[in-house]
Amino acid sequence: MAVVTVTQPGQRRTPKAAKTSSVFKKVVMAVSGIIMVLYLIAHMIGNLKVFAGRESFNGYSEWIRTIGEPAVPAQTTLTIIRIVLLAAVIAHFWAAVSLWRQAKRARPNGYVTKKPVAQSYASRTMRWGGVIVGLFIVYHILDLTMGVANPEGPASTPYDRLVAGFSNPLITAVYVIALVLLGMHLRHGIWSATQTLGQSNKRREKTVNLFALVFSVVLIGGFLLVPFSVLFGLVG
Amino acid sequence: MTATREGASFASGTATDPAMAPHGMTLTLRIWRQRGPADKGRMVTYQLEDISPDMSFLEMLDVLNEKLILAGDDPVVFDHDCREGICGSCGLMINGTAHGRGTSGGPTTTCQLHMRKFKDGDTIDIEPWRASAFPVIKDLSVDRSALDRIIQSGGYISAPTGTAPEAHSILVPKKDSDAAFDAATCIGCGACVAACPNASSMLFTAAKVSHLGLVPQGQPERNDRVVNMVAQQDREGFGGCTNIGECSAACPKGISMENISRLNHDLLGALRAGARPKS
Amino acid sequence: MPLDLFTVGDPIADTKAPMDVPIGERWSTRRFRARLVNPANRRKLTVIVVGTGLAGGSAAATLGEAGYKVKNFWFHDSPRRAHSVAAQGGINAAKNYRNDGDSVHRLFYDTVKGGDFRSRENNVHRLAEVSVNIIDQCVAQGVPFAREYGGLLDNRSFGGAQVSRTFYARGQTGQQLLYGAYQALERQMAAGTVEQFARHEMLDLIVIDGRARGIVARNLITGEVSTHFADAVVLATGGYSNVFYLSTNAKGSNATAIWRAHKRGAYFANPCYTQIHPTCIPVKGDYQSKLTLMSESLRNDGRVWVPKERGDTRDPREIPEDERDYYLERIYPAFGNLVPRDIASRQAKNVCDEGRGVGPGGLGVYLDFGDAMQRLGRPAIEAKYGNLFDMYAQITGEDPYETPMRIYPAVHYTMGGLWVDYDLQSTIPGMFVIGEANFSDHGANRLGASALMQGLADGYFVLPNTMNDYLADGPFEKVDDSHPAVAEALQEVQGRVQKLLSINGNRTPASFHRELGRLMWDLCGMERSEESLRKALDRIPEIRQEFWTNLKVSGDQDTINPTLEHAGRVADFIELAELMCVDALHRAESCGGHFRAESQTPEGEALRDDENFAYVAAWEWTPEGAPPVLHHEVLEYEYVHLAQRSYK
Ligand SMILES: Cc1cc2nc3c(=O)[nH]c(=O)nc-3n(C[C@H](O)[C@H](O)[C@H](O)COP(=O)(O)OP(=O)(O)OC[C@H]3O[C@@H](n4cnc5c(N)ncnc54)[C@H](O)[C@@H]3O)c2cc1C
Ligand code: HEM
Ligand code: SF4
Ligand code: FES
Repeated sequence: MAVVTVTQPGQRRTPKAAKTSSVFKKVVMAVSGIIMVLYLIAHMIGNLKVFAGRESFNGYSEWIRTIGEPAVPAQTTLTIIRIVLLAAVIAHFWAAVSLWRQAKRARPNGYVTKKPVAQSYASRTMRWGGVIVGLFIVYHILDLTMGVANPEGPASTPYDRLVAGFSNPLITAVYVIALVLLGMHLRHGIWSATQTLGQSNKRREKTVNLFALVFSVVLIGGFLLVPFSVLFGLVG
Repeated sequence: MTATREGASFASGTATDPAMAPHGMTLTLRIWRQRGPADKGRMVTYQLEDISPDMSFLEMLDVLNEKLILAGDDPVVFDHDCREGICGSCGLMINGTAHGRGTSGGPTTTCQLHMRKFKDGDTIDIEPWRASAFPVIKDLSVDRSALDRIIQSGGYISAPTGTAPEAHSILVPKKDSDAAFDAATCIGCGACVAACPNASSMLFTAAKVSHLGLVPQGQPERNDRVVNMVAQQDREGFGGCTNIGECSAACPKGISMENISRLNHDLLGALRAGARPKS
Repeated sequence: MPLDLFTVGDPIADTKAPMDVPIGERWSTRRFRARLVNPANRRKLTVIVVGTGLAGGSAAATLGEAGYKVKNFWFHDSPRRAHSVAAQGGINAAKNYRNDGDSVHRLFYDTVKGGDFRSRENNVHRLAEVSVNIIDQCVAQGVPFAREYGGLLDNRSFGGAQVSRTFYARGQTGQQLLYGAYQALERQMAAGTVEQFARHEMLDLIVIDGRARGIVARNLITGEVSTHFADAVVLATGGYSNVFYLSTNAKGSNATAIWRAHKRGAYFANPCYTQIHPTCIPVKGDYQSKLTLMSESLRNDGRVWVPKERGDTRDPREIPEDERDYYLERIYPAFGNLVPRDIASRQAKNVCDEGRGVGPGGLGVYLDFGDAMQRLGRPAIEAKYGNLFDMYAQITGEDPYETPMRIYPAVHYTMGGLWVDYDLQSTIPGMFVIGEANFSDHGANRLGASALMQGLADGYFVLPNTMNDYLADGPFEKVDDSHPAVAEALQEVQGRVQKLLSINGNRTPASFHRELGRLMWDLCGMERSEESLRKALDRIPEIRQEFWTNLKVSGDQDTINPTLEHAGRVADFIELAELMCVDALHRAESCGGHFRAESQTPEGEALRDDENFAYVAAWEWTPEGAPPVLHHEVLEYEYVHLAQRSYK
């Protein structure tokens, strides 16, 4: 077996080995994760419109659906966003599952006794946390986007659905739990993504971790303001 | 001849030494016994008495083995050689942490762990490194040749003997040289793999990629090296890294996670530059 | 000398070094005169290399690269675990980067003198010449040597040398050099030029028609005993300090390969030359399995002392200055705590023999950093010695920043080994011996930082240039298992394994090993006398007798069985120990690491006897019962003049 690889500039296609490499999967995960994070930022800011009142919030919802009109047909931008997000979710999920299975194959028989030393709660819950967040996203879309799972039903306006949903403490609890899990997922995810993309080092490590924490708290805090405000009657 | 006696109970030879008697600890060991790769393996319990706190962990196992041999039983097989923390031979999962890190408070090699870290009456669980890339040979001894094959796939600088230029013709900034040294201290013990929830060898591979990538001599082969070494570690059946950090926390040589980031950085750059793994 | 212990045979001499040219030209002349093997023919020649330390690893990689078919054997799981990995201090080279007057000639001179005039000038000169290439080679491989801010290589002075010629990689020089060789070796394994036999222990040498043609090895995982053939065999199996049971060597370090080769006809040179290192962590109890070295550099700032009164068991911090004896500073005012290893070791033994030793069993002396801490401050001490202090604390459970360290000498290196000529060929044609396993370059005492240099010199540069002269006659006639000599060797090894398993007595291999080690340490250790050696020679045959009748090895033959491996090694150590004592007894002079109580100056210093002992003692094995045969290789000093060492 000869070993030295000759790097040929002409050789552009990624052969199978590189595409399925564990690092490649991680990169897919990081990039798709970042796309989702960007969306979440916009989403969170958009949600805060709730405090500007029913009209403003419904208007925002309407606006998303009409960006670019009349240059492009209605819903174009939203559709693109949805496609990109769906692709990101699928890619992210594929990579996660595939790494998960690789890990299982790499250690089929576990230890009788194993104690974690370094891993944080967040890093340990990436997989199950991710799955729960994923299920939550499905529920969330059925609830607020499509309305089928909402007490108000699909015919209502977004604002009504939101208020109706969060007035129910049980639904609020589901959102809170899912969002807290998402926050933890992001705290580890952001640090992990900088590692995966080769941007971390000893000097930056502290800053990245701090940023990840502050970012996750602000983002999730922003999201949580809405259900809590509804629950406590500040919005409604 | 290979029968192991369950529940065997022994007093150590030091019991006769009056200086040791007051310190002697009684311990319950639960040790993974596995006759060979095909055997399923199980935990077997042993009692040991009069263990001196000054003993090293491996000396404690020596005491047990002496008893087992005299009783005609199969002694516990474990790897070890230098017993001073540098050869990388030893490696046991002790009470759920690699090299007994959790017991000693800081990372160590198994051979440098001492019994004073335990208390009289303690129960100690001892298991081999577990990973499909590290098949068990017998009891606590595993085959780590996968790590050598990762080195074979590119963990070197091609410098045929006799062709080297005068040493001072290559200047290496002290900062780079020190960083390369830090990465180069990896002893190939495999604790990172053992501790990693994914059984990934990323820290080991990253240490070598970093060492050679940080010095000027390593530049010509840098792209091919990283691409091939990563491909090889996947081929060996290690898990993928998800940046959890158990590896670095268990590493007796303090290899940091920064090296993994450097590997990723190099890998992405190499792939962009068109480097592809040899199949 | 009493003829019952040995007989004297014909003198022996090196015939390969070209003596018709001055010493500085001998190595290049030898390379020129040695026949070459055409690259196309190299593929047809097989070389077995046993060992993957600095010597074996560098040799196997270089020979593979040169195009020979190499078969590499080692007993560890990975080549990177060879005990070279443990060397801390550094490696010498006559680069003169410090412009402090160093040169090839000075390194040559220092090494001959340091070896107490018991080494061969030609070999040492070549070593000094080649030293500079080693550093170049290692740097090219990416070995991260210590550097200065400008990016140049850093040097330090080591082991009392007056020039700074030691290259180092923090406290892990051996590790880094070994990894360089290991990586080169793995590259050749990937390229298919070196075939690997991990976890294989060489148990015999196959000699056919007077030539070394292969080895018998046992696969340590499956227990299978098999034969392997080649056109030449290289042994690079390290030193035999583990004869003493407790030493700074690794648990697996052994004499088996060289001892079995000795029994097949290779002469064993100067077996009694042992180096004892003064700064090791003392023994704590009966269960002790090995000793840990702490770098000699500690003596640069630490002061060595014991209480003036015998049996003073006070806490060292409570012993006032005027009740302490800083004995090295007292006896050697000029060199103080920095006297050479052998002197520092022997003086520690002397004060302990007087009953002034400290710690368990009174076998220890203090190495005190109190003054240095006051003078330089704790941060400076931490920066310089932090890792050593941590290691000490880890092992002893004592904090060396608070209370003085305790140290005691321990066996560390064996200068003796198989006899080789200038080409590194043993007395068996086709068998070459390199690294610590041979006897060649260090005389009666090895200087610090020169074993790493020798291992790499042998493996990278010397052997690959001398071996072709022998191989030019090959490929030799094919052999296989049907040859009677092969069948005999195979049967002998198998029989021995069977025998070890079937004795079924009451003592473990470790218990015999401990007893032998204790005996050798007490009677053939730092100080030897006719009386002690005779006592040892009475006792060793008894131990051997008991070993072969009362040994207990459990477990099977056909799986990994460390007890069985250990038993085989102990059996060889017992035989080697006897030869060491005979050699020590016959050498009725003191030189380097060999101190005979009968041969000392009035001040108690080693007294050489050049008149009678300026020779290499090369021992020939004789079958059962007959005493060994001594062959003299007379040592002549053309370039460095014989002089008594003095460190007062
Ligand atoms: C603690 C310590 C510190 C030291 N510090 C220094 C220093 O600072 N500077 C310096 O110059 N020197 C130092 N030395 C000495 C130096 O390290 C050694 O002399 C040198 O590394 C020996 O190298 P080697 O290749 O000959 O043998 P080793 O490195 O011991 O290698 C022996 C090889 O042979 C194999 N082997 C052995 N027996 C068999 C068998 N029967 N069958 C198959 N394979 C076998 C082993 O697997 C191994 O691969 C130190 C030594 C020790 C112990
Ligand atoms: C479908 C549900 C999801 C699953 C199953 C999932 C699972 C995972 C897993 C297993 C990881 C790697 C764990 C690790 O690195 O330790 C990960 C990383 C990550 N996730 Fe998710 N996740 C999901 C949803 C999300 C969402 C909604 C976002 C963002 C809004 C997100 C952002 C990230 C980021 C940024 C990373 C880091 C990528 C990297 O490690 O390089 N994930 N996810
Ligand atoms: S990175 Fe650390 S834990 Fe992993 S093999 Fe190297 S020394 Fe051992
Ligand atoms: S035995 Fe060598 S590192 Fe533990």
